[in-house]
Amino acid sequence: MLIRHARAADVLPSEITPHSTFLKRREFLRAAAATGAIAGLGPFMLSNPAVAGAKLPNIQKSKWTADSLGKDDKLTPFDDVKSYNNFYEFGTGKGDPAKNAHTLKPKPWTVVVDGAVERPGRYDFDDLIKGHALEERVYRFRCVEAWSMVIPWVGIPLASIIKRLGPTSGAKYVAFETLVDTEQMPGQKFSVLQWPYREGLRMDEAMNPLTLMATGVYGEEMPNQNGAPIRLVTPWKYGFKSIKSIVRISFTEKQPPTSWNMSASREYGFYSNVNPLVRHPRWSQAKERRLGGPTNIFGFSPKRPTLMFNGYEEEVAGLYKDMDLARYF
Amino acid sequence: MTNNDKIRWIAKPAVWVLCLMPLVWLGWLVINQDLSANPAEFMNRYLGEWALRILWVALAVTPLKILTGWKQAVRFRRLLGLFAFFYVTLHVSSYVVVDQYFDWLEIWNDIIKRVYITVGMVALVILVLLAGTSWGAMVKRLGGKNWTRLHKGVYIAGVCAAIHFFMMRKGFQIEPLVYAGILAALFGTRLGPVLQKRKARKSAA
Repeated sequence: MLIRHARAADVLPSEITPHSTFLKRREFLRAAAATGAIAGLGPFMLSNPAVAGAKLPNIQKSKWTADSLGKDDKLTPFDDVKSYNNFYEFGTGKGDPAKNAHTLKPKPWTVVVDGAVERPGRYDFDDLIKGHALEERVYRFRCVEAWSMVIPWVGIPLASIIKRLGPTSGAKYVAFETLVDTEQMPGQKFSVLQWPYREGLRMDEAMNPLTLMATGVYGEEMPNQNGAPIRLVTPWKYGFKSIKSIVRISFTEKQPPTSWNMSASREYGFYSNVNPLVRHPRWSQAKERRLGGPTNIFGFSPKRPTLMFNGYEEEVAGLYKDMDLARYF
Repeated sequence: MTNNDKIRWIAKPAVWVLCLMPLVWLGWLVINQDLSANPAEFMNRYLGEWALRILWVALAVTPLKILTGWKQAVRFRRLLGLFAFFYVTLHVSSYVVVDQYFDWLEIWNDIIKRVYITVGMVALVILVLLAGTSWGAMVKRLGGKNWTRLHKGVYIAGVCAAIHFFMMRKGFQIEPLVYAGILAALFGTRLGPVLQKRKARKSAA
């Protein structure tokens, strides 16, 4: 067995352009040029977040690397991660966020912190993440629609940020809200959901080492359509729990309302832990389709069995050991 | 060229070409591997949306006849109905083959547990019956009255398809409501002649 010691100068796996992305480089450039031409602003083309993000400096490796995952969990091509999104604030089609999210202005950005916390206030994005090292976390991502990806996020453990903010004894839950602004997010003109998008975690879920506040992906600043500038990632829960473009973090005593639960409580529970044994009214959750993997000539990949807690059973099963997972779904 | 010839040799072939274009476009997307990151889902939704649109066009033939008085319009009804059925078949096939990979137990579970699929299957069964009785000899075999009654089932199929579409989308989405609204309008135009016939019968009685 070859024991590989990573050195500081080593290229991060996330820096290696996936072969399929490399093959599509001409399309990528064409799309970038077209976007630039449409924007009509040549010098701004490179900084258009929807096309190309700035590289994030000083990214540290965590124990969640691409290598730590099995051979069945290959990285999903960056192109797919950026072009297949559920972000209804920009339209309900999978390709809508990539097309429409250029109106989002991730800088400057303010996050309001309130509730049962010692240091509430309006935090500039830079103040919120100041002093925290950026880590790369390669996580499986499982949508409730039964598709999944493997994504190399870059961010800060939520636990570190929470510790700095100082929740008081009354803080049993952490609630999050997304931006509401129909100019920046034209999809909000339609009441597909009740805006703002809301999500929440129990305090121990928020403090779990897995829970990440992601500010980037694939070594770059977060693309708008992936929830710029800062979003949550809870890899053991269905993807809609990973709320995007966060503008508010509240520490609450009672379980906070969450958007999909408000829309259809029979389908989307507060916990929404990935669980192949809990039947969903819309889809069986026993299997999932991994996107970006090897396919046949039509582009289809076979479905694979879904893992309990999306394969993170070791890290999170303890949070729910006394809980009836079928009742509290 | 008689009007009959024009319909037979120009208009109907044109409808054939138009109705096949969505499939040709899909083939183009397959060749260019431009089916989004989730080709299975993309194909299924694409085929379903076109089945819906062509079914709506088939349901618009009678309203067209009512509003313009162009009686020959009904000659396109069967062609359009069968094309809608064709896309429905492809849509359901993509679900059975690609999504479920012939897992009949899972498919049965879906039909009985997921209401939007139950509703979709009702629409499918109706359209199968209509497609299976769509040619002239069947009219003779069933008798004109029975055949007409059976083929009024397309209204139920349309309503089921609209419900299937609305329930399939997550959250509260406008697009399915637009389709439902158009369907309601198409049904509405049929009310005129139906009410007139009733009035005529009443005054004759």
